[in-house]
Amino acid sequence: MGKTVLVIVEHKHGKLRQVALESLTVAGQIAGDGGRVISGVIGDDVAQVASELSNYPHNGGYVVADERLGTYNPDLYAAAVNALVEQVKPDVVVFGHTAIGRDIAPIIAADLEAGQVSDIVGLVTDDDGSISFIRPIYAGKAFERRQFLTGPWIVTVRPNNFPAITRGETEQIEFTPLAFTPPASERFVVRETVQASDGKRDLTEASVVVSGGRGVKSADGFRPLEELANVLDGAVGASRAACDAGYCDYSLQIGQTGKVVTPDVYIACGISGAIQHLAGMSQSKLIIAINKDEEAPIFGIADYGVVGDLFEIVPKLTEELKRRKIG
Amino acid sequence: MNIAVLMKQTFDTEEKVVLTDGRISEAGVKFVINPYDEYAVEEAIRIKEKHGGTVTVLSVGNQDVAQSLRTALAMGADEAVLIDDHRIGTDEYSVSRAIAAYLSANPCDVILGGNFSVDLGSGQVAIRVARLLNLPHVSAVTSLTVDEGRAAAVRDLDGDVQTIEVALPALFTAQQGLNEPRYPSLPGIMKAKKKPLTVLDLDALKLTTSDIEPRTARTSVELPPARQAGQRLTGTVDEQVQKLADILLAATHVGMSKHA
Repeated sequence: MGKTVLVIVEHKHGKLRQVALESLTVAGQIAGDGGRVISGVIGDDVAQVASELSNYPHNGGYVVADERLGTYNPDLYAAAVNALVEQVKPDVVVFGHTAIGRDIAPIIAADLEAGQVSDIVGLVTDDDGSISFIRPIYAGKAFERRQFLTGPWIVTVRPNNFPAITRGETEQIEFTPLAFTPPASERFVVRETVQASDGKRDLTEASVVVSGGRGVKSADGFRPLEELANVLDGAVGASRAACDAGYCDYSLQIGQTGKVVTPDVYIACGISGAIQHLAGMSQSKLIIAINKDEEAPIFGIADYGVVGDLFEIVPKLTEELKRRKIG
Repeated sequence: MNIAVLMKQTFDTEEKVVLTDGRISEAGVKFVINPYDEYAVEEAIRIKEKHGGTVTVLSVGNQDVAQSLRTALAMGADEAVLIDDHRIGTDEYSVSRAIAAYLSANPCDVILGGNFSVDLGSGQVAIRVARLLNLPHVSAVTSLTVDEGRAAAVRDLDGDVQTIEVALPALFTAQQGLNEPRYPSLPGIMKAKKKPLTVLDLDALKLTTSDIEPRTARTSVELPPARQAGQRLTGTVDEQVQKLADILLAATHVGMSKHA
């Protein structure tokens, strides 16, 4: 028997986030034969997002639109998600494992007295139809399989680990507006939101990550890495050593403390490869390491290694890629 | 101002994960305060130093966890509570209900926790606790200013930076950059030995097994396939750059449309 799966669809600047399309794939797998996948879009002006989303095959959708939902506020979002849950009565609610998903999912899990499996990177359906979720533990040093013992289920999906759902030819879904009742007390007030600079890719969603370590030597040393990331439409990351040395912000840190990334290509520049850092990036599909020290442990896991000076190689590589793109 | 810190003891991040009979081996492993919780302990002590009050560190686990609670006491926390009952599983639902039961009986103005634990890393327990206690929370804070009845927090939202104001009592989870945790001093370590460490079981929390029945369970654990060292590029710098460009263009399709 199929399940009813509600996907809370994330969007940013009027566009669907990639993880939302990946979550729809996950939802389809969980729903199974005879199941239903319903999307829920929460925000201020969501018409554009809903219109885009309607091209992706699933079984129905709701929008909770309110100007107070333009900025993430857990109290208001929880009210909106709970309105969707009440309407859809899902067996499973799926979120992206993003800043918002990580924050809102446990609230809904608490409200529903439900279990939650966070940060899934895979799922397996056994012969008896039971579903096991695969998720990294110890930042990817190991993986566990988890099952739900009772419903409803709450799941958060790690970006970059499932294929995006395939876009259909035409708009297929009609979205139904849903009212929501904000909580009476305003105990949580967003005073200010400073948005990340335009065009900057979110680290966990980027398909290419150019990462710098102690070998980058200074904050200015990150500039050639940024230029390489730009030409590859990627994001810049860092090792703990670089963050601790003050070369960059902690929000860029990749590792067991910090973010775990699984891009298509990871380029480690001047990173020795401490075990904590490897935990955060070793599931990347292709790893390239550039380091002066030919003994650096990073070479032990890199698909391609270059022993040399990053300040010579990275700018040359950027120029070469630019030349070929124009060429 | 009374402050509680939700603290978990975890593997040191230097540790490798080794499986014995399909389970994660703890033999010879060094345990530490979860690094994110260490920021929470430090922040709690700083708030106390400014506003007065007491800092209680709270853990769910077995007697081995006492060592990390003592470390927090040595840093400057005032008392420790260990909820130790084998009936509590590792499921976040169970753990959060046990913690919430303690905190609803022992209310605090500020509750601090880590953004996530570096072992299981699900990032659920603190937020669940806030919700169970019907308190506002701000997760992943990089700056926190507490005043009478209110707090201002700065949080990282996938690159965006939000400034939030909440009414106290409230819960906050610590992100890297919040502070630089202190090392316990020798006098601190001596004093910690005399500070109270209370052990509670489910009965003391007036909970029954059915209140904390887990919703999820681990069925197996596996190690990822070991990654092999690949190829060292050779030749002149320019030749290596050419090769890297070939590899990158093949792997990313960037710029391919121009040639298509």
